[in-house]
Amino acid sequence: MSLPVLKAADFASDQDVRWCPGCGDYSILAQMKKVLPELGVPREKIVFISGIGCSSRFPYYMNTYGMHSIHGRAPAFATGLKSTRPDLMVWVITGDGDALSIGGNHFIHVLRRNLDINIVLFNNRIYGLTKGQYSPTSDEGQVTKSTPMGSIDHPLSPLSVALAAEATFVARSLDAHVKHLGDVLRRASEHKGTSLVEVYQNCNVFNDGAMAYAQEKKQRAENVVELEHGKPLIFGSKQDKGVRLIGNHLEVVNRSEVADDDLLIHDEKDPNPSIQMMLARMRYPTMPEPIGVLRDVENVATYNDQINDQVAMAQQSRGDGDLQELFSAGDTWVVN
Amino acid sequence: MQLLGTQLTNTSALAGNDVATFPDFPAEIRAPRGTRAGVSGFQVQFAQEEIFTPGDTLDALVVMNPAALVTNVQDLRKGGILIANEDGFTEKDFKLAKVDANPLEATVLNDSYRLFKVPMTQLTRTAVSEHGLSPKVADRCKNFFAMGLVYWLFGRSLDTTLRFIENKFGKKPEVAAANEAALRAGWAYGETTEAFGESYQVEAASLTPGTYRNMMGNQALAWGLVAASKISGKDLFYGTYPITPASDILHELTKHKHFGVRTFQAEDEIAAVCATIGAAFGGTMGVTASSGPGIALKAEAMGLGMMLELPMIVINVQRGGPSTGLPTKTEQSDLLQALFGRNGESPIPVIAPRSPADCFQMAIEAWRIATECMVPVMLLSDGYIANGSEPWKIPDVASLPKIEIKHPEKADGDEPFLPYLRDENLSRPWATPGTEGLMHRVGGLEKQHETGNVSYDPANHHFMVETRAAKVSQIAERIPEQDVFGDASGDLLVVSWGGTYGACHTAVARCREAGHRVSHAHLRYLNPFPRNLGEILTSFDRVLVPELNTGQLRMLLRSEFLVDCVGFNKVQGKPFTVSELIETIESQLPAPVAA
Repeated sequence: MSLPVLKAADFASDQDVRWCPGCGDYSILAQMKKVLPELGVPREKIVFISGIGCSSRFPYYMNTYGMHSIHGRAPAFATGLKSTRPDLMVWVITGDGDALSIGGNHFIHVLRRNLDINIVLFNNRIYGLTKGQYSPTSDEGQVTKSTPMGSIDHPLSPLSVALAAEATFVARSLDAHVKHLGDVLRRASEHKGTSLVEVYQNCNVFNDGAMAYAQEKKQRAENVVELEHGKPLIFGSKQDKGVRLIGNHLEVVNRSEVADDDLLIHDEKDPNPSIQMMLARMRYPTMPEPIGVLRDVENVATYNDQINDQVAMAQQSRGDGDLQELFSAGDTWVVN
Repeated sequence: MQLLGTQLTNTSALAGNDVATFPDFPAEIRAPRGTRAGVSGFQVQFAQEEIFTPGDTLDALVVMNPAALVTNVQDLRKGGILIANEDGFTEKDFKLAKVDANPLEATVLNDSYRLFKVPMTQLTRTAVSEHGLSPKVADRCKNFFAMGLVYWLFGRSLDTTLRFIENKFGKKPEVAAANEAALRAGWAYGETTEAFGESYQVEAASLTPGTYRNMMGNQALAWGLVAASKISGKDLFYGTYPITPASDILHELTKHKHFGVRTFQAEDEIAAVCATIGAAFGGTMGVTASSGPGIALKAEAMGLGMMLELPMIVINVQRGGPSTGLPTKTEQSDLLQALFGRNGESPIPVIAPRSPADCFQMAIEAWRIATECMVPVMLLSDGYIANGSEPWKIPDVASLPKIEIKHPEKADGDEPFLPYLRDENLSRPWATPGTEGLMHRVGGLEKQHETGNVSYDPANHHFMVETRAAKVSQIAERIPEQDVFGDASGDLLVVSWGGTYGACHTAVARCREAGHRVSHAHLRYLNPFPRNLGEILTSFDRVLVPELNTGQLRMLLRSEFLVDCVGFNKVQGKPFTVSELIETIESQLPAPVAA
């Protein structure tokens, strides 16, 4: 029996989408609806779990199972669900405040456990739903409603955090680069283990253009390097620049001066995350920022497989649990 | 010391005695040995009649050093047996215990008690010398020497403990052999020394016929959950974070993976409860447990669980509070937290076992209510119940009532699925992911009646708040009526809940034997209350509510029933004694009318 062929529209719920007009979230929602039908997973086998924030309204707009949970904790809900229902495809939708501020703890731990879920982190570098306070990814010096004299916090990079936790799949894409976004979401869904996708997402109300250097087509070529496994890091509107590893740091070079063989060749499969971490630390304006898959390491045991394997092993060696046997084992006595 | 207390308990239980225990130990893992703060004690009562408490006063006390003596001797009855390890009473030990002179020399001590000074360390060293242990390890065997002596004194069999030694130390044969030698040496010392003169026999108690085992509260909770899982045909997911005194539930459950138990030691208390809700959403029964501080962290997620209307159990093994409080001591001060410790109008059912063995049945009861009514259920245990033990009559598994759980099946019509369409219990359907045609979204935003869609409609919010409350209050119709020990009316009703059952029951029983018109109602259901409780309260002239808090149940009874209850409250990290309860009950009774 072949599965019914689904279209993007089949994944739309009957609820009106209530993000601000022009919000980058629309693009991510559209790409998700476009990618899911290609995966061949029935809608009822898919669950979206979110925390709190603008991005976290996402599950309401998908015609799948979904849970809009509490602030920062979506990975924990997903852990309980996927551990007991490994047959389901579980997506976590989160934002920079949700995942990195209030939910920082769960974010780290789900990554190190390698639970087989996909996390999409909408990074707009601002608190939107609470109307414009700075977030853990806001720039230093950024003036917001809660930082009239400029933010004094150093921003956190979700990619660096994920690599430090030795996540098995780490990627970045842009809401404005829809084809790239679709490809990265597909790659994430195919990975067995926790997949983290950071998406630069424009908040056109409270932080408009914060990532324009990467999002706008004209600027993107100069400021973004698209990673491809096994290929040298090349960028620039004329594809005239490259990134080279010199000693223990990366530098931008002109391709007219340096042979392509001497550029850094991207290795997303390297289990050692050190060079991937160097990529994650490349920041505008001193370096081009990487998009694409930084890391995709296969064959690492997943949490859900292992928790269920232990149950299966226990049942195999001891048989299915028998209550009377449990109650009667050890020291007992009879009263007549 | 805790280990030996458990041994004496098990041995006595196997001899057919009724037993009740009260382990009392410091919060520090290796609290400074020899200091007053470092004293680890284990109180056990064994009897040939049915008992409900570990006893108020001690008949016999074994102390290994002066600190143990000075912190416990006041509980020893006049004329009681006091056994001291003489070798533990040196100048160094006096300094550690902050005593000026050797308390064993005190006249008052020798006049008040039957004191036996035994050089246990020396005798143990001699007994184990042939096993080639280091002096440090050899000295650890002295507890077994003390145990052997106590076993002789009360005519206990060594068998259980010999078996225990074999199991526990079998991998280190020299240690096992030394402990066995010390145990036997202690017994022989009692038998051959003329000092003791007599030993005691405590015959088997006349309990209800059946097969029994000794059961601790946390173990009974874990087994109750495993049993509920089996009789409801639902796997158990247990998400938790280590905390005293709840961790033993996790330790026990991890042993039973072959029952389909999945345990998750989360990164924190919040993740533990959230994972539990995630599992429940997927159609597995989710359980989390903690103690007061951890429950405080779980509050927001419990509110979500109530809003999502998913079945789950939250266990609070209460300890001394507030904040970190007294982790290893018992208290009943989280009752109001259980009822009201969440934002918004968020009622959930609250039940409380009354004794270690009762934890088994109440765990099953929590499971039943949660799944029948699609609601998180709070089960309130406490440190006294969790670590205490008593004989448990092993049930016939076939006689355990089944718990029916239904999930809606796939729908292929055009009718939209209504995730908040309610049944006669006001419960919503437990539709699980993977079921075709039932895709729906749940969340913490207010739900529209029936459709479950997000709704900001004022009238709908009011309706949903009332409906969720009605769902919980209706549970009163499906729980047993409150029973009363004693007459249905009288001068005084004692109302208690949780781990104080044994002491309150014993006190009321003695007062009744003395001819007082006193009855006892012990609540196991705290939200909702049993439907006949109001009627019971008003059938007595006065109501006394003893609690190990400052009056939380009393506040609830007063507000719910407008009954002027009187409190008897103690917040010392210790259980009630029967004598202080009797004294309080008598103070509440009308003065006898002169003839």
